Amino acid sequence: MNSAEPLPLVVIEPTRGLAALRLGELWAYRELLYFLVWRDVKVRYKQTALGAAWAILQPLMTVAVFTVFFGRLAGIASDGLPYPLFSYAGLLVWTFFAQGLSQSSNSVVGSAQLITKVYFPRLVIPIAAVLSGLVDLAVALPVLAAMLWYYGIWPSLAVLTVPLLALLALVAATGVGLWLSALNVEYRDVRHVVPFLVQLWLFVTPVIYPASTLAPRLQRLGLPPWLWGINPMTGVVEGFRWAMLDAPTSPGSLIAASTVTSLALLISGVYYFRRVERSFADVV
Amino acid sequence: MTDVAIRVQGLSKLYRIGERQRYKSLRETIMRSLVAPFRKGGRRLPETIWALDDVSFEVMRGEVVGVIGRNGAGKSTLLKILSRITEPTRGRVEVCGRVGSLLEVGTGFHQELTGRENIYLNGAILGMKRAEIERKFDEIVAFAEVERFVDTPVKHFSTGMYLRLAFAVAAHLEPEILLVDEVLAVGDVSFQKKCLGKMGEVANQGRTVLFVSHDMTAIRRLCQRAIWLDTGRVAQVDGVGVVVDSFLNSLGGLGGATKTWPVATAPGDDSVRILSVAVTNTMGEPRESLALSDPILLVLRFEVNQEGIRLNPVFVVKSTLGVTIFSTANYEDPEYGHRLYSSGTYQATCTVPAHVLNDGLYVVDALLVESTRFVRAAAAGAVSLSTYDDGSTRGDYLGDWVGIVRPRCHWRAEKLGRLRD
Repeated sequence: MNSAEPLPLVVIEPTRGLAALRLGELWAYRELLYFLVWRDVKVRYKQTALGAAWAILQPLMTVAVFTVFFGRLAGIASDGLPYPLFSYAGLLVWTFFAQGLSQSSNSVVGSAQLITKVYFPRLVIPIAAVLSGLVDLAVALPVLAAMLWYYGIWPSLAVLTVPLLALLALVAATGVGLWLSALNVEYRDVRHVVPFLVQLWLFVTPVIYPASTLAPRLQRLGLPPWLWGINPMTGVVEGFRWAMLDAPTSPGSLIAASTVTSLALLISGVYYFRRVERSFADVV
Repeated sequence: MTDVAIRVQGLSKLYRIGERQRYKSLRETIMRSLVAPFRKGGRRLPETIWALDDVSFEVMRGEVVGVIGRNGAGKSTLLKILSRITEPTRGRVEVCGRVGSLLEVGTGFHQELTGRENIYLNGAILGMKRAEIERKFDEIVAFAEVERFVDTPVKHFSTGMYLRLAFAVAAHLEPEILLVDEVLAVGDVSFQKKCLGKMGEVANQGRTVLFVSHDMTAIRRLCQRAIWLDTGRVAQVDGVGVVVDSFLNSLGGLGGATKTWPVATAPGDDSVRILSVAVTNTMGEPRESLALSDPILLVLRFEVNQEGIRLNPVFVVKSTLGVTIFSTANYEDPEYGHRLYSSGTYQATCTVPAHVLNDGLYVVDALLVESTRFVRAAAAGAVSLSTYDDGSTRGDYLGDWVGIVRPRCHWRAEKLGRLRD
C-alpha cells in the first residue's frame, strides 16, 4: 500500500437539526447514479415483447382516445393545432413527469435491500428513478417529429428551448418525487395516494385542453393569468407546445411561475429528504 | 496521522422496539396527535432498547479484528454504523481510510440482468469506479468460475454460481478498511476455501478488517484481536484466544478450569474428601479452552483419612445439555477397583486423548468411588471446558461439524475397477 497519499478521515456522529446537503458526495457517486438509471431502463423492457416500443405506444394510444373523445366529440379547443398533435406534445412531457413521480415515490421503499446493506447518498435512488424516464422521452420524441412532418408544421427557433423545458419537468418531477419517496418510507399511505394524485394532477394541467381556455376566466376573477403556473406542469406543457408546435401562445409568465414552484419543490424536497434519510435504514 | 484506522468513542444506538420492522400509517399519526392533548400524563415515550451502549475501542491499521457475541449483542448494529448505513444516537467514530462493507453478498443483484451487467452494477453499488471494475472484470469472472455464463441472466444461475459471482465482486473491492459480516458462511466447501484464502490475502495486504462472525474457528483463524460485545456493551477486548475463550465460557455460565474447596464444604466425608479438580493442558497449566488436537488432562486432588480404603477416582464428561459423553476410570491399573489407599493426599490425573470430543462446551464431574460401587465423594459440574476447532481435522470445511464426539477415524478409499461401457 502506498502511504504517500493521506487517507480520507470520516467522522461518524449523530446529525442534529438541518443536515448538510453534501451535494459534493452526490457528485462522487455519479457513476452509481448512471448504473442505477441504466439498470432501470434495462430491466423495464427486458422480457417485454415490444420493448421500448411501449414508450411510443402508450402515449399514441392515449392520443387516439383523447382525439376521439375530447377532440371530436367534446370539441375541445387546441390553439388552432390539429388535436392529435396538440395532445401528443402535451402527453409526451406529461408522461415523463407522471412516470418520474410515480417511479421515484416508490423507489426508496423498493430499494430497502440496498439501503439496509450498503452506504451511498440516498438521494441517488429517487433521482435515478426520475432520470430513467428520460430514455422514454427520447424514444417518444421522434414520433412527434414525424407527426410534425405529417401535418406540415415547422417549429420556430423556439424549439431550442425544449431541453430547458425538459429540464424544468425533470426538476419538478424530482422535487415532488423526493418529497413522496421520503414520506413513503414512514407513511406507506403514499403508495395509495400517488396514482390518485397523478390522475388529479393531469386534469389541472393543460394537457387535454389549452391554457388559453382558462386564462380569461382567471382574469374575470381578477387573478393574474400566470397564477396557474404555480402548477409546475402548466408552464412545462404550455411551453412545450409553444416550442415544438409553434403554438400561437406566449407562455413566458407561466413558465416563470412554474420555474419558481419547481425550484421551491426541489430545494425543499432535498432538505426534507436529507432530514429524514438518517432513519431510512431503521424504518424501511 | 496516527496508525489508528477506526476509533470508536462512547458509541450508542437507541432503537424504538419494533422500529426496525414497523412503519407508521398516516392515519395513526394523525389520530395520535388528535388524541394526545386529551391523554393524561402527557406523551408516553415508546419503549426503547440500547442496541449499543457506550461502546469504545480502537483498531490499528492493518489489524484484523473479530467481533463476537450472542445474537442481539449489537454486532450488526456496530457494523451498520461504521459503514454509515445508520446513524448513531450518541458518540463518535473516526474512520481513517476508504471503507468497504460486506454485510451481505450480492447486494443489488438483479435477477433479470446478466452476470456481466450485475458485475458492473454491484461493483458500482459497493463503491467501485467503472474503470476499476473494467480492470478487474476478467479476474472477477475467473474467480467466480462463471466464464461460460457471463452473458446469461443470473436468474438462470445455480445458487452456487450466484453466490460465487456475488462474493467475487465483493472480494475484489480494495478499500483500506473492510467490514465483513458473516458472509463466509455461504457456498460449497471449495468455494469457502477460496473465500477464506482471499480474506487472508486481504489481511496480508495490510488492510484493516473488522470481521463479525459466530464461527469461532474462522475468527480464530483470521483475527489477531477480538471484541466481545454483550447486550450492547464491550465485555472484553483482547487477543483473539483470550476473548473467544471467555466468550465461550460465558455461554456455559460455569465455574472454570479449576475448582478448589475449603475443607468445610468439600465434597465427601471425614474419611475421603475431594480437594480440587482442574482441567489442564499437557504442561499442567489450567485451561478453560483447548484445541481439538490438544490432549486434555483432568486432575483430581483428594485426601484420605482412612487406612486401607479401596478407592477408585472417576471422571464423567457431559455436554452442557446434560448428555453424558463418557465416563472414565483407571481400568489399566492391574489393581483396578482393589487398590488400597493409606491416609494422605493424592493426585489422580486422567489424560483424555486429542480428537475425542467435538468442539463445544463440556462439564466434568469428579467422583471417588469405593470398591467400584459406593460413591464416597462427588463433585458434580466441578469444572467446565470448551474445546475449539483448530482446523486440524476439518480441512477446508467451515460449517458446523455435527456430532457429540469427533474421533479421528482411519479412512481408506480405493478404486475397485473401471465402469463397464
